[in-house]
Amino acid sequence: MATAPLIYGLMAEFTSPEALVAAAERAHREGYRRLDAYTPLPVEGLAEAIGFHKNRLPLLVLIGGIVGAASGFFLQYWFHVIDYPLIIGGRPLNSWPMFIPVTFELTVLFAALAAVLGLLALNGLPMPYHPVFNVERFELASRNRFFLCIEARDAKFDAAATRRFMESLNPQGVYEVER
Amino acid sequence: MASEEVEKMMAAEEVAPVIEPGHTYASITDKISAIVLTRPTPRVWYVVFAFSFALVLLLLFSITYLLVAGVGIWGINIPVAWGFAIVNFVWWIGIGHAGTLISAILLLLRQKWRQSINRFAEAMTLFAVMSAGLFPLLHLGRPWYFYWLMPYPSTMDIQPQFRSPLVWDVFAVSTYFTVSLLFWYVGLIPDLATLRDRARNRFPRFAYGMLAMGWRGSAIHWHRYETAYLLLAGLATPLVVSVHTVVSFDFTIGLVPGWHSTVFPPYFVAGAIYSGFAMVLTLAIPLRKIYGLEDFITLRHLKNMGEVMLATGLIVAYGYLIEGFIAWYSGNPYERYAMLNRLHGPYHYMYWALLLFNVGIPQALWLPRVRTNPLALFVIAICVNVGMWLERYVIVVVSLSRDFLPSSWGVYSGTVWDYAVFIGTIGLFLTLMLVFVRLLPMISIFEMRGLVREEEGSEAASRPQG
Repeated sequence: MATAPLIYGLMAEFTSPEALVAAAERAHREGYRRLDAYTPLPVEGLAEAIGFHKNRLPLLVLIGGIVGAASGFFLQYWFHVIDYPLIIGGRPLNSWPMFIPVTFELTVLFAALAAVLGLLALNGLPMPYHPVFNVERFELASRNRFFLCIEARDAKFDAAATRRFMESLNPQGVYEVER
Repeated sequence: MASEEVEKMMAAEEVAPVIEPGHTYASITDKISAIVLTRPTPRVWYVVFAFSFALVLLLLFSITYLLVAGVGIWGINIPVAWGFAIVNFVWWIGIGHAGTLISAILLLLRQKWRQSINRFAEAMTLFAVMSAGLFPLLHLGRPWYFYWLMPYPSTMDIQPQFRSPLVWDVFAVSTYFTVSLLFWYVGLIPDLATLRDRARNRFPRFAYGMLAMGWRGSAIHWHRYETAYLLLAGLATPLVVSVHTVVSFDFTIGLVPGWHSTVFPPYFVAGAIYSGFAMVLTLAIPLRKIYGLEDFITLRHLKNMGEVMLATGLIVAYGYLIEGFIAWYSGNPYERYAMLNRLHGPYHYMYWALLLFNVGIPQALWLPRVRTNPLALFVIAICVNVGMWLERYVIVVVSLSRDFLPSSWGVYSGTVWDYAVFIGTIGLFLTLMLVFVRLLPMISIFEMRGLVREEEGSEAASRPQG
């Protein structure tokens, strides 16, 4: 088994989202694949720049909504048609228009839960510890600084060469990220 | 003349941008997080907190007495079995609606001005729904059996009647609360991370860190985050419309004259947004003053909210008009009597006061001068809050007190315990709001950062013209 790399990666700091997107695009073009960018606000095009394209969240939400609608309707159907049929106002047992409001509410509830739980699960949160927090300047990632991190597990990663590459991106600074 | 008006309007827009110029990512972050982390709590905060917490104690006392003695301590009886409890429930739920409207519908409509008011408007939604939820529970008589409202594998082998709008209400309100909470929390995550990184003391750092769940602002996370936020907004939009529609079904599906009307759902939803915006203004105007947030919550926001209030107020006025028209046009003697009873019956002063507060006074909002005057807006907002409470009182009590048979008529009035619980929930609402303002960023920091960026872009684009 190969020895685990001693550091998590290298991190470069930028002052503007534009500079970060440009740097991320260059790093991706250079052949780096295990990289991530950290910003204090959503930056359009940044996820694409580092090669992220598959967003499975909408599908999860759709499934959540469908499950919610089906379970909402059949919950009521089960109670009022199968389990305990009661004739109310001479209406048919399966008086489906009366079941729509609860079906709708459960559709929204399940879809919303799927959106939030899906978001957390896909993002791998909660994750109280992460190596990037070891960089002292990283606390500015939630204020006004933009960071690009190339991870050591990238096939092309080489401590010296990658550092030289990152310095050529004209950053505020390049830092080592301890594990 | 017309072009002068346009120029004036454009001048008003220029006077009040959505964020005052000169702010950067850093200044926004520092200013909003400082309110929570470093700035001393203003003295007014303590004064209002002491006052509202005293009201919470009143609420706890009244609820305790209610549980011991039963709902007989309230003024409810036959024919008016739905007194203050239902009036207050509808009033509070309605207030909550503005928060969702601002956070979800205005997001979908790409209204940038929502971004400095959505956070505390959403908090307002949560606290209003909490206050609202208390009333139907307490009104049950035996609140400890509240779980009978939910379907569960009961040994009694009996289930809620899903053909009843009251059961729809349970589902609508609990879904509304859950989804609003999720939406609010998701919106808070990046800001909690900001507070975690700004906090200098151990405990806040730990607490905000736990709540932020390790958010680190990764580009991939942001990408999914924006998708989730947009989808939640898309889900919350029909939800908010459905909630007050279902609340109005509680009335319209009954046969009581004054309730059985198809105009109720749209007019309830409009009324909910109307009262909600009034409450947002009631809270925003003092908050921006006390915390010096005039550069984030500018006159532009106040003006826009005034305009929403004017528009929804007109829809509500149309609802009143149609109620009167249909009462006459239907030729139904009971409907006609219900209307005459509102105008001339024992509660006529309430109906006239409601017309004054909801239809009369808010017409002042037609004047641009009023819409950009915080004090005037505050007064109008208070009037609308009162007016909307009176509206629910008229709908619930006046309709029930005189239905079809004069032999079953009765007169209702709230007892001191009715008022105590109502005022107590206002205290609960204010207390929760104050705790929120003290412990969490009341303005969305990361969305405001986006605003700086867009402002920079638009300024650069508009400079050559200027």
